[in-house]
Amino acid sequence: MSQLLLDVNGLTMRFGGLVAVNNVNLSVHNRQIVSIIGPNGAGKTTVFNCLSGFYIPSDGSVVFKGEQIAGLKDFRISRKGLVRTFQHVRLFSNMTVIENMLVAQHRHLNTNLLAGLLKTTHYKRLEQEAMDRAAYWLEQVDMLEFANREAGNLAYGQQRRLEIARCMVTQPELLLLDEPAAGLNPRETKQLDELIVQLRDEHEISVLLIEHDMSLVMGISDHIYVIAQGTPLADGTPEEVKNNPDVIKAYLGEE
Amino acid sequence: MRQNLYAAVFAAGITFVLTCLMIGVKLTSEGTQLQVVGASEAQWAWIFAGIALVFFSQLFRDQISTATAGIPRPNLGALMPDREKAARLKPWLIAAVVVGLFIWPFMASRGAVDLATLTLIYVMLGLGLNIVVGLAGLLDLGYVAFYAVGAYTYALLSAYFGLSFWVCLPIAALLAATFGFLLGFPVLRLRGDYLAIVTLGFGEIIRILLNNMTGLTGGPNGISGIDKPTLFGLEFNRRASEGYVPFHEFMGIDYNSGHKVIFLYLIAVVLVLAVLYVINRLMRMPVGRAWEALREDEIACRSLGLNRTVIKLSAFTLGASTAGFAGCFFAARQGFISPESFIFIESAIILAIVVLGGMGSQFGVILAAIVMTILPEFAREFQEYRMLLFGLLMVLMMRWRPQGLLPAKRPHMELKR
Amino acid sequence: MTEASLYLLQQLINGLTIGSTYALIAIGYTMVYGIIGMINFAHGEIYMIGSYISFIVIAGLLGMGMVALPVILLIALIVAVLIASTYGWTIERVAYRPLRGSNRLIPLISAIGMSIFLQNYVVLAQGARDIALPPQISGGWNFGDPQLFEVSLSYMQLIIWAATFVCMTALTLFISRSRIGRACRACAEDRGMTNLLGIDTDRTIAMTFIIGAALAAVAGLLLGLYYGVVNPFVGFIAGLKAFTAAVLGGIGSIPGAMLGGLILGVTEALTSAYFPSEYKDVVSFGLLVLILLFRPSGLLGKPEVEKV
Repeated sequence: MSQLLLDVNGLTMRFGGLVAVNNVNLSVHNRQIVSIIGPNGAGKTTVFNCLSGFYIPSDGSVVFKGEQIAGLKDFRISRKGLVRTFQHVRLFSNMTVIENMLVAQHRHLNTNLLAGLLKTTHYKRLEQEAMDRAAYWLEQVDMLEFANREAGNLAYGQQRRLEIARCMVTQPELLLLDEPAAGLNPRETKQLDELIVQLRDEHEISVLLIEHDMSLVMGISDHIYVIAQGTPLADGTPEEVKNNPDVIKAYLGEE
Repeated sequence: MRQNLYAAVFAAGITFVLTCLMIGVKLTSEGTQLQVVGASEAQWAWIFAGIALVFFSQLFRDQISTATAGIPRPNLGALMPDREKAARLKPWLIAAVVVGLFIWPFMASRGAVDLATLTLIYVMLGLGLNIVVGLAGLLDLGYVAFYAVGAYTYALLSAYFGLSFWVCLPIAALLAATFGFLLGFPVLRLRGDYLAIVTLGFGEIIRILLNNMTGLTGGPNGISGIDKPTLFGLEFNRRASEGYVPFHEFMGIDYNSGHKVIFLYLIAVVLVLAVLYVINRLMRMPVGRAWEALREDEIACRSLGLNRTVIKLSAFTLGASTAGFAGCFFAARQGFISPESFIFIESAIILAIVVLGGMGSQFGVILAAIVMTILPEFAREFQEYRMLLFGLLMVLMMRWRPQGLLPAKRPHMELKR
Repeated sequence: MTEASLYLLQQLINGLTIGSTYALIAIGYTMVYGIIGMINFAHGEIYMIGSYISFIVIAGLLGMGMVALPVILLIALIVAVLIASTYGWTIERVAYRPLRGSNRLIPLISAIGMSIFLQNYVVLAQGARDIALPPQISGGWNFGDPQLFEVSLSYMQLIIWAATFVCMTALTLFISRSRIGRACRACAEDRGMTNLLGIDTDRTIAMTFIIGAALAAVAGLLLGLYYGVVNPFVGFIAGLKAFTAAVLGGIGSIPGAMLGGLILGVTEALTSAYFPSEYKDVVSFGLLVLILLFRPSGLLGKPEVEKV
């Protein structure tokens, strides 16, 4: 049965006199791909920032897995299973791919100083498990061969995939992707498509994504929300949204 | 060329304005009257030399830059043998160096060993601050406070409770770490430059407190007569205190004041090696990776569930405890401490060591500590210019080689398949 | 009035005096931070140099037989402002401009190096010891009850208040009305945009440093006359205090620097009056730590929102 994973009600974000996000409602069920679309500057990333704890919402409630998370700190929300990516890829460029994957698993490792200094069995076991998990996810995104390469030396498309793998290795339940297809060519976009669907179907996580690329959004979304100037404009299935006159006027007109 | 001429004249004019009164004229006191006299010829010579230097370097700006472009930039990193060879040689090299460190003092002069011990103290301090600044990227300008805590801990525990050096060593480190924790906890979430100033303020507060709590710390007079460390109860004095046997008697050899010096040196070597071992292990542990990740991109870390406060705190407290070690040893070596040894300039020197060596690079820090301690010894005539050159060096380094002499080339973790 | 309240009044007078000079120096910090986001660690040394130049000019003119004190002080003011501004400009040009754009720690370390360099430069040029100037302006008003406590308000203090007031007003008018002032404000808001609009941001930034240095020089002259003593290391503590004042009032805000300076001055005076005076520095630094912990944007500053 479809279970409500994320329930957002009346989300509002004000910066001084500017209302960046105005009364946004959205919900994500498990094993769903939900997209947020809208013209540039519509406040979509601000919504993400509010959901993931980087901003504290001025108003509204965000319930994740039955728990109110609005107002919690960013890293705490992340630990509850809600992870996000950024518009500009944020990798640890001077560290290798595998190290990026290991840092993401920091809280699954034995961080006790003494255990590490003495190399206890427990410590070593957790390190090995983390390595294995990292290898598994790198393979899922076809990046295993680059494991020992510096993250900064990867091609852009590879960096994007690494970012997603890095999120997945934290064992999340909801993945927030901020314009994951930006800067990708059509072939890479199709690969991304397949990857996101795979994440939903095989790994049973939900994905909430912000995107401009209509082909990506229409093809894979179960539900779409349209936001313009921080205010909700419409929502529904891809078919419904595509034919909504308000949406067409505000956004899809120039496709 | 014409443009350069204008620039040259302008620059020369500026130099003149800067120096004509400041250097060209000297304030002297005649009784109660303040008087101004023309400065000595030497000082005017400096002024003219400065003006000339600025003038000509601007005038021939283009020629100079083409000439210097030809000179290859010193790349100390390139002097290092290539990685594979280095990996094989490394254990032998390290073993050789360690053995050398232990044998050398027996063949060297007493003054040299003493200087080496001082250098080792700065190496320890540099490595400790390196954790905070180089590895975790936190600018701490009050590092000397933890150094002071370590020193005063030993001095006070030894004076009031007669605890031995070896017992006080871990206590000093722990106490310094506690101070680090207490300071760090509220302060580490501040932005880089604010953090720097707050730590600076903290360092000053500690110094002022030490200077004024005369009942406890001896105030400006400090604490003297601090016990030297013993080797399993054997003291390195000509005559031991009551009930104890001096070292030379136990060994059946003549008393030689050099023994004490060598013993202190060896303790320093052991401490430094221990610190090096721990740091190297830490860099390969999750916490070390977290430091680097935090330094690279804090926002990404937060999005991955890393608690940056805890991670920063770990670096801060570890750095502080290292300073505590160094402080305890310093007190033992000197036999006397006062707040004068823990002024801001010390923090600046240690910071310079870390920056000069290459933030994050241990080898670089060691090299820089050696240079900073030993160079003044060889350049005795320039003693009065020491601090001036030190400040100048910091400015120039930031301009031309901010990554330091030996930028860190951290070994990466590899996926073995 | 009671003895206690007279004593308190005296402390307030002293505090406002010292506070106004902190405000003058604090402006330099706050303007530079507001425009390039950097703490000019060497700013305290500019104040110190301003003091030295003032002493040199005053002593020189007195030595040459000049008697008219207002003229002497005016000349000292002009010369000190000119030379200190030159130092400010040069420091920015040589030590900070080439580093613009690199990670924050690098200019800060350069600034620390510059501060150490300047202190020792003055040590070599003028000696490390205190240099004393006999009091030039003496006398003042006394009021209160001679049997309880006499409050004194010296002419020197009045001059400091007046000079600070004039400088602050001039600066505020300059920043809000003049073209350069507008450019400064624009740069502080959005440097990239300002550049694109054709304004020479390099020159604007240089102007900021010059203004800050000029005000620090005024403070140098005033405090030099007030205390009658100078040495190469007065810039360090004064700089830290002024920075505390700037943060207290809200870094980046000029009215904030003024307010912060006054508050800090009064706090210090009250502390040294009612507690052992050695701890007044501890209170100042403690205040800095507390402000940064609980209200880093200061009293008049706007809380910064992080761009993610």
